[in-house]
Amino acid sequence: MAHLTPTPVLEPVQDRTMILNMGPQHPSTHGVLRVILEIDGENVVRIMPDIGYLHTGIEKTCEAKFYQQVVPLTDRIDYLCPMTNNLCYVLAVEKLLGLEIPPKAQWLRVLLNELTRINSHLVWLGTHAMDIGALTVFLYCFREREDVLRLFEAVSGQRMMTSYFRIGGVALEPPLGFFDRVRKFANRFPSKVDEYENLLTNNPIWMMRTKGVARITAEDAIALGASGPTLRGSGVDIDLRRDMPYSGYENFKFKVPVAQEGDVFARYICRVQELRESIGIVQQALDGMPQGPIKADAPKVVLPDREKMKTQMEALIYHFKIITEGFAVPAGEVYQAVESPRGEMGYYVVSDGTAKPYRVHMRSACLANLQLLQKMCEGRLIADVVAAIGSIDIVLGEIDR
Amino acid sequence: MPLAPPITDLEQLKGHPAIALLLAWNPAVVEGAKFDRDEMSIYVERSSLREACTLLRDDPGCPFNYLSDVTCVDWYPSEPRFEVIYHLLSISKKERVRLKVRLASDSPAVESVTSVWPSANFFEREVFDLFGIRFTGHPYLRRIQMPEEWEGHPLRKDYPVEGYR
Repeated sequence: MAHLTPTPVLEPVQDRTMILNMGPQHPSTHGVLRVILEIDGENVVRIMPDIGYLHTGIEKTCEAKFYQQVVPLTDRIDYLCPMTNNLCYVLAVEKLLGLEIPPKAQWLRVLLNELTRINSHLVWLGTHAMDIGALTVFLYCFREREDVLRLFEAVSGQRMMTSYFRIGGVALEPPLGFFDRVRKFANRFPSKVDEYENLLTNNPIWMMRTKGVARITAEDAIALGASGPTLRGSGVDIDLRRDMPYSGYENFKFKVPVAQEGDVFARYICRVQELRESIGIVQQALDGMPQGPIKADAPKVVLPDREKMKTQMEALIYHFKIITEGFAVPAGEVYQAVESPRGEMGYYVVSDGTAKPYRVHMRSACLANLQLLQKMCEGRLIADVVAAIGSIDIVLGEIDR
Repeated sequence: MPLAPPITDLEQLKGHPAIALLLAWNPAVVEGAKFDRDEMSIYVERSSLREACTLLRDDPGCPFNYLSDVTCVDWYPSEPRFEVIYHLLSISKKERVRLKVRLASDSPAVESVTSVWPSANFFEREVFDLFGIRFTGHPYLRRIQMPEEWEGHPLRKDYPVEGYR
């Protein structure tokens, strides 16, 4: 990290090469990624990502908070898929506590997670296409993203930093008519994906900019720690939702899109197919939504309903205790991984038996995926660097934490 | 589901593929193991970590070919102070295992696993940056999150949450 030192971290190795600095304020680096390139003419010799411009010390902050106070912090890590981060953290703490979650809460979590995946992929598709020069797609994608954000607002009161999941369940019953609104969206959405594909998939300019560009083999992708669509685009068939299910994903039927080529186009195809699979999961969740409570029966952990607090002394006491003292979590450690839109998002939570986590570590999928850049870009043109960065779908908030 | 007590008896756990492999190679490598909340942790002797990782990666029965994560926990003020933690995943067998190395507080160092998994590069740099653990043999061990001139290692427990003033 070199915020304060203007000198480049790379030194040119040959006389004919020069160092080019790209970012951190560059529209196609998706936030504050700085990339230092060593170039020979227009060809990239070496590429080095420089990160840390968004480091806010969230892992340190978590150690000073009660367990339930960490949930809003997890939104801020990856602002495009807040629900996925919420889910991963609450699953980890629930595993530490040994809590059983009622089915309705689990299905709601799956439903919202898939909507989050759609939201995240839409932002990715819009900005990635814009980087490469297809400006229109951005407007189309943000039109549907707006619908998803309105659904989030309806269910949680927030468009982006939702913090809707709680340790032991979800915060509130969804409002009346929410499921109908989701169903309307789910019915409409597949035709919108067709629209995006009409604009891109068979577009000769798009194919020329993406096919065969930034290719990575399966062996390299595994060795460099890639995950998610970036790994599946290279032909490795792994999806944590299917292979190591969590939160009731074993009840859903869906395909895992895999492409063999390992180039920008393959990763694009994987993600667009995932949009269709996600909306299928949303449909299944709507059809089979179980009835019942949305919070676990654990009064020492889960906040009581507002109504009960006004009439029952016990509920008031529990509420006061949880808010002022938190709740103790049995000592131990847990690594919980979920399939985020970007790959394997993992939370490693260590408890020492008190009400505050001893250590919270987030395994960032983007941080690992970013290491692929060197292999993807060496020997290619500078314009391909932009396509490569777009195709691994980075969010700097998650990389820097 | 009430919590089952953790199993720490090595005799009971030696059926696990990773432990069996390490014990067959060199019983002195495994300092201990713990099976808790469906997750397996193995304490590995510090000097043989890289060889143990290579062995686990190349095991034909259950290849732990994917390094999910490297991180660290600071148990200040107790000794040994640091635990460096490696989360491995077997993509073909869908199996996870956690390796742990204990390090004392005076000049904590462990061999880098970048030669086994290149993906360890950024993870180890982050642990170096935030905890001050040295990874010997790392190709580019420099700060990654904090500025180059930063003093101290923020995620250590003796580093105040609000920073030094």
